Amino acid sequence: MNMMTLVINFAYVISAILFIFGLKMLSSPATARRGNLVSAQGMLLAIVVTLLYTGLDFKWIALGVVVGSVIGLVAAYKVKMTSMPEMVALFNGFGGIASLLLAWSEYHQNVDLTTFIALVTFLSAFIGGVTFSGSMVAFGKLSELISSKAVVFKGQHLVNGAILLTAVGGGVLFAADPAAGYTFFLVVVGVALIFGVTSVIPIGGADMPVVISLLNSYSGIAACAAGFVINNNILIVAGALVGASGIILTKIMCKAMNRSLGNVLFSGFGATTQAAGSGPQGEAKPASAEDVYYILEAADSVAFVPGYGLAVAQAQHVVRELGELLEANDTEVQYAIHPVAGRMPGHMNVLLAEANVSYDQLVEMDDINPKMDTIDVCVVIGANDVVNPAALDDESSPIYGMPIIETHRAKTVIVLKRSMNPGFAGIQNALFFYPNTRMYFGDAKASIQALVAEFKGAE
Amino acid sequence: MEPVFLTFVFVLAIFLGFELISKVPSTLHTPLMSGSNAISGITLIGSLASLRADNVKVAVILGTLAVTFATINVVGGYAVTNRMLEMFKKKDEGGA
Repeated sequence: MNMMTLVINFAYVISAILFIFGLKMLSSPATARRGNLVSAQGMLLAIVVTLLYTGLDFKWIALGVVVGSVIGLVAAYKVKMTSMPEMVALFNGFGGIASLLLAWSEYHQNVDLTTFIALVTFLSAFIGGVTFSGSMVAFGKLSELISSKAVVFKGQHLVNGAILLTAVGGGVLFAADPAAGYTFFLVVVGVALIFGVTSVIPIGGADMPVVISLLNSYSGIAACAAGFVINNNILIVAGALVGASGIILTKIMCKAMNRSLGNVLFSGFGATTQAAGSGPQGEAKPASAEDVYYILEAADSVAFVPGYGLAVAQAQHVVRELGELLEANDTEVQYAIHPVAGRMPGHMNVLLAEANVSYDQLVEMDDINPKMDTIDVCVVIGANDVVNPAALDDESSPIYGMPIIETHRAKTVIVLKRSMNPGFAGIQNALFFYPNTRMYFGDAKASIQALVAEFKGAE
Repeated sequence: MEPVFLTFVFVLAIFLGFELISKVPSTLHTPLMSGSNAISGITLIGSLASLRADNVKVAVILGTLAVTFATINVVGGYAVTNRMLEMFKKKDEGGA
């Protein structure tokens, strides 16, 4: 190892430290932004010292870096916050394909690999390929370029099993004799791309938060495998951090939806919908804007429970305005957010932050539930299944066992809804028939605007 | 010995990752994902080093594409994460 290589590798150690501190600072909203910049500095350092290697082809490097930077920056500044899940899905895919291309390029330069290097080359290409095509399908589903419904057909598991077997077989043959195995390598790449598609199409739109978390993890693991290929520690460390992060998020999402990972991956959502006509029945009590105004005006504490419907109606800003009017009226205002509210982990928090809601008002499900009895009014906006008490007590309900925000324990619950139609999962909500529930029908944004007008008119 | 050494690093990094990430509050999970996306663009380091002047044509094309995709991840990932985290403000910071 010459002097320069030594310097470069020590600089990578510093990069790794910066990544770790960056992630550590993400543990609080107050330090998170600085943490991201610390992490970015780690990356910049790693890039700069890598360019110190002798014999690099700077012409092509410059082309790739310039094109990539322009696309990355434009995407980062153009994307709407409601479209973050699509953007993350797309970027997961790009991470995956980069690992595939790197492994391929290294193999193409030198086909004479040891068995270990051949094995990790196979893993890097395979995981990278699956991540890429799987992410493209997830992107298509989230942006509704393709049907977001689960695409299931008979014998799907057999087909996927056969594809996976082919990949493993191809990998073994390739690793056995990499010098003669170029064809096998190409087969593995092709099969990986097919497997990414066939493993994500059977997963329905509602399960996408789980899938993008999982693909996030894959993109890290693919980078890790690429690190083994080129014998580079920084790729292994950074890739492992991302891999771990994706796995944790996947676990949290599965728990919040009360489903096992196997259940998400292998059965299309919606297959468990109740037969029409069953489920809770009763009389829901409608309320007018004026009724709701009097309830809110008299309340000491109000918790908004937003769901993705809030973002669809673009009602974040009026909700924040209503929240501020309530605070001016000496009411304590909080926003109780279910882990699966929105379309990816933490999505609803970003949408509310964008509308200038102070982050110390954003409360997690596990923190608000114990205090629920002391809250005067819960306002449920565009959320349905995540507040359905059937998840707690009705064993026949398909969502039984799912953790919910227990709004029914508040003194009064106001549910904003277009009509009595059941929600996304097709399940009627028992909450609507509770004695302390009032239904406030209408478009979420118009309804909140009407309340804001009531408050302003009373001043 | 080298594979053993690399695997050591890998295993320790995974455990460190679990420790670090489990402390991130769910409020910040979206920025966490986009930020870790940027970190997974670390493949850029390998792609840069793989673009040597004596490469054959196919490897040049593969390498340049790898650099492009990884750069999108790094630049786009950090930029969008920064944009998001900028929005997380507390009232007394003059945010609202």
